[in-house]
Amino acid sequence: MKRYSVFAIAREALRYHQGWERAWKSPEPKKSYDAIIVGAGGHGLASAYYLGKNYGITNVAVIEKGWLGGGNTGRNTTIIRSNYLQDPSAAIYEKARALYETLSQDLNYNVMFSPRGLLMLAQTHHEVRGYLRTVHANNLQGVSTEWIGPGRVKELVPIINIDGPRYPVLGALYQARGGTARHDAVAWGYARACSAMGMDIIQQCEVTGVTQSNGVVTGLDTTRGHIGCKKLGIVVAGHSGQLAEMAGFRLPIEAVALQALVSEPIKPCMDVVVMANTVHGYMSQSDKGEMVIGGGTDGFNNYTQRGSFHHIEETLRALVETFPMISRLKMLRQWGGIVDMTGDRSPIISKTPLGNCFINCGWGTGGFKAIPGSGWAMAELMAKGEPGPLAAEFSMWRFKEGQFIDESVAAGVAH
Amino acid sequence: MSTRLARGGRLIDRGAAQEFTFNGKRMKGFKGDTLAAALLANDQMLVGRSFKYHRPRGIVASGAEEPNALVNMGEGGRFEPNQRTTTTELFDGLTATSQNHWPSLEFDVGVVNNYAARFLPAGFYYKTFIHPRAAWKHLFEPIVRQSAGLGKVPKDRDADRYEQAYAFCDVLVAGGGVAGLQAALVAGRAGARVILLEQAPHWGGRAPVDGVEIDGKPAEAFVEAALAELSAMENVTLRTRCMAFGVYDHGYVLAEERVADHTPGDGRPKKRLWRIRAGRIVSATGAIERPLSFAGNDIPGVMLASAVRDYVVNWAVSPGDRTVVVTNNDDAYRTAIALKEAGLDVPAVIDARPNVTGDLPAKARALGIRIETGSAIVKVKGSKRVTGVAIGLQAGEGAAREEIACDAVAMSGGWSPVVHLWSHCGGKLVWDEAAAHFRPDAARPPITHDGSAMVIAAGAANGALPAGECLADADRAGAEAAQALGMKPKKAKAPEAAAPAEARMEPVWIMPQGAGPALRMKMWLDYQNDVKVSDVQLAAREGYTSVEHTKRYTTLGMATDQGKLSNINGLAVLADSLNAEIPQVGTTTFRPPYTPVTIGALAGESRGDIFQPLRRTPMHAWHEAQGAYFEPVGLWRRPYCYPRAGETHEQAVHREVTNTRERLGLLDASTLGKIIVKGPDAGRFLDMLYTNVMSSLPVGKCRYGLMCNEQGFLSDDGVVARIDEDTWLCHTTSGGADRIHAWMEDWLQCEWWDWKVYTANVTEQYAQVAVVGPNARKLLEKLGGMDVSREALPFMQWADGELGGFRCRVYRISFSGELSYEIAVPASEGMAFWKALNDAGAEFGAMPYGTECLHVMRAEKGFIMIGDETDGTVTPLDLCLDWAVSKKKADFLGKRGMQRTYLANPERWKLVGLETLDGSVIPDGAYAVAPGVNGNGQRNTEGRVTSTYYSPTLKRGIAMGLVRRGPERMGETVEFPKVGGGSVKARIVSPVFYDKDGEKQNV
Ligand SMILES: Cc1cc2nc3c(=O)[nH]c(=O)nc-3n(C[C@H](O)[C@H](O)[C@H](O)COP(=O)(O)OP(=O)(O)OC[C@H]3O[C@@H](n4cnc5c(N)ncnc54)[C@H](O)[C@@H]3O)c2cc1C
Repeated sequence: MKRYSVFAIAREALRYHQGWERAWKSPEPKKSYDAIIVGAGGHGLASAYYLGKNYGITNVAVIEKGWLGGGNTGRNTTIIRSNYLQDPSAAIYEKARALYETLSQDLNYNVMFSPRGLLMLAQTHHEVRGYLRTVHANNLQGVSTEWIGPGRVKELVPIINIDGPRYPVLGALYQARGGTARHDAVAWGYARACSAMGMDIIQQCEVTGVTQSNGVVTGLDTTRGHIGCKKLGIVVAGHSGQLAEMAGFRLPIEAVALQALVSEPIKPCMDVVVMANTVHGYMSQSDKGEMVIGGGTDGFNNYTQRGSFHHIEETLRALVETFPMISRLKMLRQWGGIVDMTGDRSPIISKTPLGNCFINCGWGTGGFKAIPGSGWAMAELMAKGEPGPLAAEFSMWRFKEGQFIDESVAAGVAH
Repeated sequence: MSTRLARGGRLIDRGAAQEFTFNGKRMKGFKGDTLAAALLANDQMLVGRSFKYHRPRGIVASGAEEPNALVNMGEGGRFEPNQRTTTTELFDGLTATSQNHWPSLEFDVGVVNNYAARFLPAGFYYKTFIHPRAAWKHLFEPIVRQSAGLGKVPKDRDADRYEQAYAFCDVLVAGGGVAGLQAALVAGRAGARVILLEQAPHWGGRAPVDGVEIDGKPAEAFVEAALAELSAMENVTLRTRCMAFGVYDHGYVLAEERVADHTPGDGRPKKRLWRIRAGRIVSATGAIERPLSFAGNDIPGVMLASAVRDYVVNWAVSPGDRTVVVTNNDDAYRTAIALKEAGLDVPAVIDARPNVTGDLPAKARALGIRIETGSAIVKVKGSKRVTGVAIGLQAGEGAAREEIACDAVAMSGGWSPVVHLWSHCGGKLVWDEAAAHFRPDAARPPITHDGSAMVIAAGAANGALPAGECLADADRAGAEAAQALGMKPKKAKAPEAAAPAEARMEPVWIMPQGAGPALRMKMWLDYQNDVKVSDVQLAAREGYTSVEHTKRYTTLGMATDQGKLSNINGLAVLADSLNAEIPQVGTTTFRPPYTPVTIGALAGESRGDIFQPLRRTPMHAWHEAQGAYFEPVGLWRRPYCYPRAGETHEQAVHREVTNTRERLGLLDASTLGKIIVKGPDAGRFLDMLYTNVMSSLPVGKCRYGLMCNEQGFLSDDGVVARIDEDTWLCHTTSGGADRIHAWMEDWLQCEWWDWKVYTANVTEQYAQVAVVGPNARKLLEKLGGMDVSREALPFMQWADGELGGFRCRVYRISFSGELSYEIAVPASEGMAFWKALNDAGAEFGAMPYGTECLHVMRAEKGFIMIGDETDGTVTPLDLCLDWAVSKKKADFLGKRGMQRTYLANPERWKLVGLETLDGSVIPDGAYAVAPGVNGNGQRNTEGRVTSTYYSPTLKRGIAMGLVRRGPERMGETVEFPKVGGGSVKARIVSPVFYDKDGEKQNV
C-alpha cells in the first residue's frame, strides 16, 4: 500500500495524478478462507480489520452484495458520542470513540473525526433528571460528560432558541469529545487497510445460503458460487434476519426506516452537534456547510429505504422551533436507511446456535459511532471463539433471560 | 456584453419597470423577468464563485437546473441564502448579493484554491491532513469549513409565514408544458378530477420558445386554447408557481407553491406546501439540456444553448454580442437561428458530427451562419468572461486550428428527460442508445398499493423529444391515467405538431475525443462543486468504480442543483474509464426533493406557542393569572408551583408542602388520565391489563393498580374505580393517558377482538381537583350537598353527589398521605368549581399547590412515581409492590416476563428509602458504588437514587432509591459519589418517611 501524504499528492500532481493505485483490490473469490465476514459496512470491515491487526488472521474475505459502505454506513448522520447510560453500552461506545481519535493515523486515511462537542438538550424537568443520572453514570464509567446550564448552551450554540414558549432549554448533557466523522471515509479507510493486509473485499456478491455440517458452518452460497470458511461473521445490519434464517436461527430484530436530510450549504454557524429529544430532532453542520438533520423512525416495518414524509415534517417543525434561522434554508436532499432494531435498542455481538458462526447486528439508529469498538469486540469473539468483556453482555440469549441493556431509558432517540 | 434587446420578449412587460440591486449596484428590469434575465440585461454575467476552487461563475441555464447563479437575497427577517436566480421572479425593490467569496465577487482570495487546483484533486482531503492528529480539528477543518459553505447564515427570525394544504385528485399532472396540458385535457375530458401543476409562473414550457407549430398554428395558440378549455372544466384545477417535488408511496405527492415569494410582505404566506393524494401521476416534467465537456466550459459566458434561446425569446436578453454555438445535435441550431433573427452575431456553429444534414442546419446555413463540422472547442479563452474559443478536430487530441473571438458560447450535448418523479418511488430507467439518455422504462414503473403503475411519464419527460411525438405521447398518457381509474377517455384526434426533421445526435462525452490530462483537468462536469472530467477518471483509477462511490468520492452531483446538468455526463465519463457501457454503470438514486424546498414550508404554521397543540385544563387561565410557573407534561402544561412575590421556586414549593400538610392544599388534577372501560368482558380485560385483580372490585370502591408491558416492566399506575356492574374508570398518569388508551385498544383490536369491551378516553371531559390536608373535610362540609364523613365515604371509596351546587364525583384517595378527596366535575364547570373551592377554603388556609409539591409529598410518603422510580427496566417486585401483583391469576400482561431468570434474580436492585447521614440531599441521578471495577474497568455500582428531595416536613434530605438486595439491608450505609468529587453517605431505611401507619389519610 502506497502511503497517503501531502508529499504523495504533490508528487502525483506533477503527473496529473495518473500514478495513484487502487484504494482496494477487486479480486475473484478464493475457494475458501479462514474467516469470512458477510457485509462490507463499517462494522463488517472493522471486524475484518481488527481480526488482522489484533490477531494476525488475514486469510479473510469480506463479502458484500452491493458496493462497500453502501448500507447504513453511507447513509447516517455520523454522530459520535459515548454518553450512554448502561455500563455495557458506555464501555463499547467509549472504546469506539477512543479508537476514532486515532483512526485517521491508524488507517492512513483521513476519516475526519472531529470531536467538536455534542449536546443533548433537556427541555423538561424529567429530562433534566435523566441527564443528571447519565452524568453520574458516565462519571463512574470513565466517560467524560458534564451537565451544563442554558447560558453555556447558548454560548456553544449561538443559533439556538433557548427560551421558546413551549419547551425552553433547561440545560444539556454535554460531551466535549463527541462529534462527527466522515462516514464514507470510515468504510473506505478500513477497506483500504484490509486490502493492504491481503484480505479480499468482494463486492457485488450476495450471500444466498449458509452451508454447514454437524452443526458447524462450512461456507456460503453466493451469487458468485460457493465459498468455504472456517469461521463466519454475519454483519449485515438490516438484513440480519435474512442471513440468520439461512444459518438456521431466528433473531429478535425488526427492520424499520430511519430518515435524514440535509439543507443547502451555508457558511459555518454551528460547530457542535445538538440533539433535542423532547421535540425529536437533531442537527449538526457538515464541513461542506450543509445542516445535517435527523429524527425518529417509522412506526412500521419495511425494507424500502424510504420513510414516511410526515416524519420529516415533524423533525423540521422541531428544529425550526429550536433553531429558528433554519426556516429560510432549503431542504436539499432526503433519504432513508433500514435500521435493525432489537427490543432493548442495544446491539447483539454473539455466538449463535450454529458452530463457528458469529453475529454482530442490532446497532439500529446509532451504530456508526460504534464501528471501531464493535469491530474490535467482534474480532476478539471470532478469534477466540468466546466474547471478551466488551461483547460479553451483548449475547443474543439475553432476550430469553430478560437481561436487557435498555438504552431507551436514557433518551427516546439513540443516534 | 450581455444586454436587453430593443424588441421582443414574450414574458416581459416593458411598461412595468422594476428596480433592484445586486451587490449594492442599482439595476433595472421588467415585470416578467427572472432575476437571472434581469442580471444579464444589466451585463452582469459574473454572479458567484464555485464551491471548491472559488472560480468565477456565470449564469448557465434558465431554470431549476442552474448550478451557478445562486445569490443571497433579501434582508433581515426576509434574508434567504442560495436563492436560484433563474427561477426567482423579479420584483421591485429586490436586493441580492453574490455568495462564497471574500472580500468581493471580482477579487476573491479563495481563488488561491484555483491556482492550487492541481494539488486538490477529488478526494485530496482523504489523503492529507492526517498528521499531526490534533491539526484536523484545530487547523485544517476550520479552514475547510470557512472556505466551503455557500450562502450567508440567516441572522434574524423568519418574518414570513407558511401554509400547508391538502388536495385529492384522480390525476395529478406535473408540468404545464404542451405535454402536460394535453394530458390534462384528455384526462379532464374523460371526467377525471385533475390537478395540473406548473413550477414557472407561465404555461407552455419550451414549445413556444422553440417555434413549434401545433395544428397549423403557433404553439402559443394551442396553449391558450388548452388553458381556456381546462379553466372551464369544473373538475380541473390549475396551479402555476407550484412545483411537485416528491412522489411517495401510494400516490402521495408533495408540491411547493410560491405564493408571495415575489410579493414579499403583502400578508400572504411566502410558500404553501401541498400534500396531494392522487390516483395517478402524469409526469410531464420535460427534459434538460446537457452541457458539453470541453476545456474552460465553466468560464462565465458559456451557457446551455436552450438557455441562450430562452433569454433571447422570452426576455429579450442577449447573453452575448457574438455567440459561438457548439453542439452534437440539430436542436442547438435553433439557438443560432434565434440569435441571428434577433440581429446578433453568430460567428460559427461548431458541430462535433462529421456529417450535418438536418433541416435546421440547412436553415442556419441559409441565414449565412458558418458551420464547422467534425469540430470541437479545444479550449475557451477568458477568465471572468469568455473572450474567444480555440477550435480543432473533434477526433483530435486538442490541437487548435483557429481562434474565434466571441463573448458567449451556447453549448448543447443533447437532452435528458427529467425522470425524478418517475424514479422517486422506484420507477426504473432504460438507456436510449439513439438519444443517448436514460428514459422511463414503461415496463418497470413505480407501483402503488394494488401493484399497478402509479406514475405515467409523458412527452419529453418520457423521452419523446420532437414536438410531434411529444404531443402524441402526452395524449396517450392522459388517456392511460383516466382509463386506469375506470374512466373512459373521449375519442378525439391528438393535436399534431409540425417541426423540422432532425438528424440524429451523436453522443459526445469529451471534447475533443483524444484530449490529454491537461485539458481534462479543465473540463467541468459539476460547476458548483468543481468536479472535472479528470476527477471522475481519478476515482475510476483508484477503484471508486460503483457510481455511488464515484459520486461520493468526487462529490459529483451532490451540489444544490443535484447534478441535473452533470450526472449523465459524469456517468458517461465513468463508463468510458471503466470500459463499460453506460447502462451497466447505472445511475445514482433520484431522491426527493426535485429542487430544494424551503424548510419553513415543511414546518408550516407550527411554531412558537402553537408549535405543538397545547392542552389546557379548564382552570388554566386561573393558574396563569396567579403567576404559576408551568412545566410541560406531554402536551399539557401544569403549574409546577405558584411563587409569590419575592419567593424562589424552591421556597414556593416548601410553603405549599407545609401548608397542605398543616392546613389545606388544592391541586388541579384534571390532567390525570381517565379511561372508561365498559362491557360484559371489561373485568376480564382489566384483569389481563393490571397485575392485580380488578374484576372483584365492588361497585363504589377504588383500587390502586399497576400495569406492565409484556416484558414485566412497570409502565403505568393509577386508581381504578368500579362505577357499575360492567363499567370501570381507570385513572392513569397524566403523561400516560394517550399511551395507555392506545395500549388498551391495541390489545382489544389485535389480540382480543372477540371480547366485548369498549374504552373511551374521557380525560378532558372532567375537571378534577384534589382537596388535600387536615381541613379538607371542613371545606367540603362548608360547601355542603353530600355526606363526606368518614363513615359515609371511607378511604378508597367514591360517591356521586353534589357539593356547593356542583354535580360531582368524589373519590376518597390520597397521593400525599393526608386526608384527601379527589373531586371530578364536568369540564365546563371546572373553573367555577375551582374558584368556589378557593373562595370557600380561604378561611381554612386553602392554597393551590403545583406538581413539585405533589412530588415531594408523595416521596415523603414513599409512594412511587412512574418515570422516577420506573424507567422501563423496573418491575413491580423491584418496587416491593408484591401485594399488588396477583399470584392467583392464571395470566396477565407481564406475568411471564417477570418469571425470567434475570427478573427473578434476588440480586436485583430494590426499592428502599435513603436517609443521608448528614441530612443533606443526595444529588439527582447519583449512583451507589460497590468496591472494585468490572471487566471493562468501570466502577462497580450497587444502586441508584430515583427520587431525592429536601423534605420541608422532616427538615432534611430524603430519597428513594433502588439498591442491590436493598430491603434485606436496612440500616446499612451506602455511598453516592458526587460529580466533581466527594460523596454522600446514606443509610438504607424504609421508603415511608412520613406517617408510617397511615393515620393522617385515614381519618
Ligand atoms: C438515517 C440514518 C441516520 C443515522 N445516524 C446515525 C448517527 O448519527 N450516529 C450513529 O452512530 N449511527 C447512526 N445511524 C446508524 C448507523 O448508520 C448504523 O448503525 C451503522 O452504519 C450500521 O453499520 P453496519 O456496518 O452494521 O451496517 P451497514 O452499513 O448497513 O452494512 C451492512 C452491509 O451488509 C450488506 N449485506 C446485506 N445482506 C447481504 C447479503 N445477503 N450478502 C452480502 N452482503 C449483504 C449490505 O449491503 C450492507 O453493505 C443512522 C442510520 C440511519 C439510517
